[in-house]
Amino acid sequence: MRVILLGPQRRPTVDAVIRSLGLAGAGPGGLPGSVATITAGWQEREADDGELSGLLGGRDTNLGLYRRWLDTQDRDPGYAAAERRMQGEFAELQDIYLLRLDHALRAVYALQRRSGDQLRTEAIAAAVAAVRELDTAHLRRVNDVRGEFFAELRPHDRPVIAGHRAAVAGILGEAAALVIAGGHVGVLADVLHLFNVAAALSRPAPGAEAPVVAWSAGAMALTDRIVLFGDLSPQGPGHAEVYGSGLSVLRGLVLLPHARARMLLDDTPRMAVFAQRFGPGRCVLLEGGTRIELDRDSRCPPGTRVLTGDGRVTALEAAA
Amino acid sequence: MTAREAASQRAPVPTGLRSDGGATREGGATREGGTSQGARRRAGQQSKLAINRLRDRRPLEPAMADRFLARHEVPIVEGDRCTFLYRGEADEVFLIHRILGLPDHLPLRRLRGTDLWYVVLELPAGSRVEYQLEVARSGERERINDPLNPRLAHSPMGSSSVCYARGYAVPDWTQPDPEARAGSLVDMVVPSRALRRDCPVTLYLPARFRRTARYPLLIVHDGGDYLRYAAAKTVLDNLIHRLDMAETVAAFVYPGDRLTEYANSAAHARYLTAELLPRLEAQLPLAGTPSGRALMGSSFGAVAALATAYRHPDVYGSLLLQSGSFVFTDIGHDHGGGPPFEPVVRFVNRYRAAPRPVADRVFVSCGVYEPLIVRNRSMVPVFEATGMAVRYVEARDGHSWVNWRDRLREGLSWIFPGPQKYVYE
Repeated sequence: MRVILLGPQRRPTVDAVIRSLGLAGAGPGGLPGSVATITAGWQEREADDGELSGLLGGRDTNLGLYRRWLDTQDRDPGYAAAERRMQGEFAELQDIYLLRLDHALRAVYALQRRSGDQLRTEAIAAAVAAVRELDTAHLRRVNDVRGEFFAELRPHDRPVIAGHRAAVAGILGEAAALVIAGGHVGVLADVLHLFNVAAALSRPAPGAEAPVVAWSAGAMALTDRIVLFGDLSPQGPGHAEVYGSGLSVLRGLVLLPHARARMLLDDTPRMAVFAQRFGPGRCVLLEGGTRIELDRDSRCPPGTRVLTGDGRVTALEAAA
Repeated sequence: MTAREAASQRAPVPTGLRSDGGATREGGATREGGTSQGARRRAGQQSKLAINRLRDRRPLEPAMADRFLARHEVPIVEGDRCTFLYRGEADEVFLIHRILGLPDHLPLRRLRGTDLWYVVLELPAGSRVEYQLEVARSGERERINDPLNPRLAHSPMGSSSVCYARGYAVPDWTQPDPEARAGSLVDMVVPSRALRRDCPVTLYLPARFRRTARYPLLIVHDGGDYLRYAAAKTVLDNLIHRLDMAETVAAFVYPGDRLTEYANSAAHARYLTAELLPRLEAQLPLAGTPSGRALMGSSFGAVAALATAYRHPDVYGSLLLQSGSFVFTDIGHDHGGGPPFEPVVRFVNRYRAAPRPVADRVFVSCGVYEPLIVRNRSMVPVFEATGMAVRYVEARDGHSWVNWRDRLREGLSWIFPGPQKYVYE
């Protein structure tokens, strides 16, 4: 699948990207079909997509996934109640994970501050390994809960959800491209899973899939490991935390939109811990103006800005 | 414990906080200048204070005082030093405040040849101090707000003047934001068998309230005062809008006999936990789990919050305690608080003797200028020892509603974090 990741669109570049794909307007060489869009991350503002529509030349069709989710809440109360229970379980899991993570990361940072050489280095490595283990176990647990939920609720057998899934698949089947905007990454991941967007994107003929253009939370929701981060909260630097899996269209990437604004990039020991936690996955910065076209194996092109294991930000080729 | 011993337990004066300018007070004032030697030395290094430049004028005429006042906002804040002024005929003028560590009556000096009175206080950056003036004339004493300072702070006890030291700014999230969607307030009455009265409650429902969602619940003691004096609705609207805190339903409760109900009353705890909470959870789409329930209060209200959670330890996940009146004795019975504190002291002493977790998370805040700072600092290790997650915040402020307002962002965003970490636009 052809995937293009963009930085935040405060100064939009999506229009240029769409043009570069030959999708703008009905000019010669332009692919047929409309551009499907997902703005569910905007939640209640999902339908306020006039500006995006303008950038796409007015040939867009919003999949309305948030509206479909609200409709499901209203018309399938059994599913809605079960989903609320699952969200409650997720919240509890996240709470417990964060409690453990707090202690585990404090140990790492305390060791970093301690003087010493070999023993200290080994101890830091062991402490980071413990954090990685915690991250991995949490991701597995969250995915298990979601898997059990879908196995039990069987959304494909529920008329309301099945109807929406069919509608989404129909639009995506005709679409020349899919554009996924940012917003609330949790909401995005939930509706992408619920309406089975990954399956709807796959086409029988290899190479026939519509290209996907995504930014910020939209990009994060394509990965197999969504990591939440924010060092500038009211309480000060928080711990980066594994949230769950997105569509897993992209593997081995941890995407960091607004990294400069949201992370203490100058704090290299802290950034080193971040990168080491998620290695060998690539921690990729998505700043304004970024455009990254991935290959079929989710590999980034040269020039991609990444976080290295020693906590520096550098170009991908320099990090190797 | 004697009063002297109690006084000796007070916090030391924070470094850099001092007053200058009183005529006879020890440790600071001089008769000549209204500034201490230390302050003068510093003044030599910095520019001279405005009041000292005026004092040096020869001859000093009343019209100069007029022009001086027209040129300056009062109190005059110059670096860490704040000059408080009064204009008028009087026998004596005092600055009345409640800054722990300073005499609560600080005399102002009269500037020779004028009816302008002044005192200079050194206030560390970020300080916010509420005060009044006491003016003595012909044997009469009158306590007034500073007529030269339009800034007022309000509380159930009335109003007082307020000084913003260097570095203090009113947080923008405490002011109405036209961008923020407004939640709604709904009044209700809950008949209480426990309290034997009808209990008014004001519910805050966040903007875009949906029946299909699940909201955490915040129960706020002294709810009317939080709404009126701590801008609680505006704060909730803004913090939710800015994604700093989760969309939350708040129940603002009102005390009857406050000093009884909030002083470790079993009836009050029963009202909240067995009457109000089940009713709200039946009527509203609330999370209904400990992690989705919080109790909040200030002063005696903080005691009520702690005592309620103590009596029902598995019900509330979070506590937000501001300037709690956690008065206790380590030995003896003299706590200095008077009869209303007796049940509080018994409760806090019992808790300190055998601390136990009463919630998962406790946010504690206190002003360093209030006498309760020592009590609150003393409670932090006690809370921590139980294994509860504790966040403790101090501010250069006093026992005031604005202090409590200004700490709400840190507290509320900690107990019910907003979705900020989920949003990447």
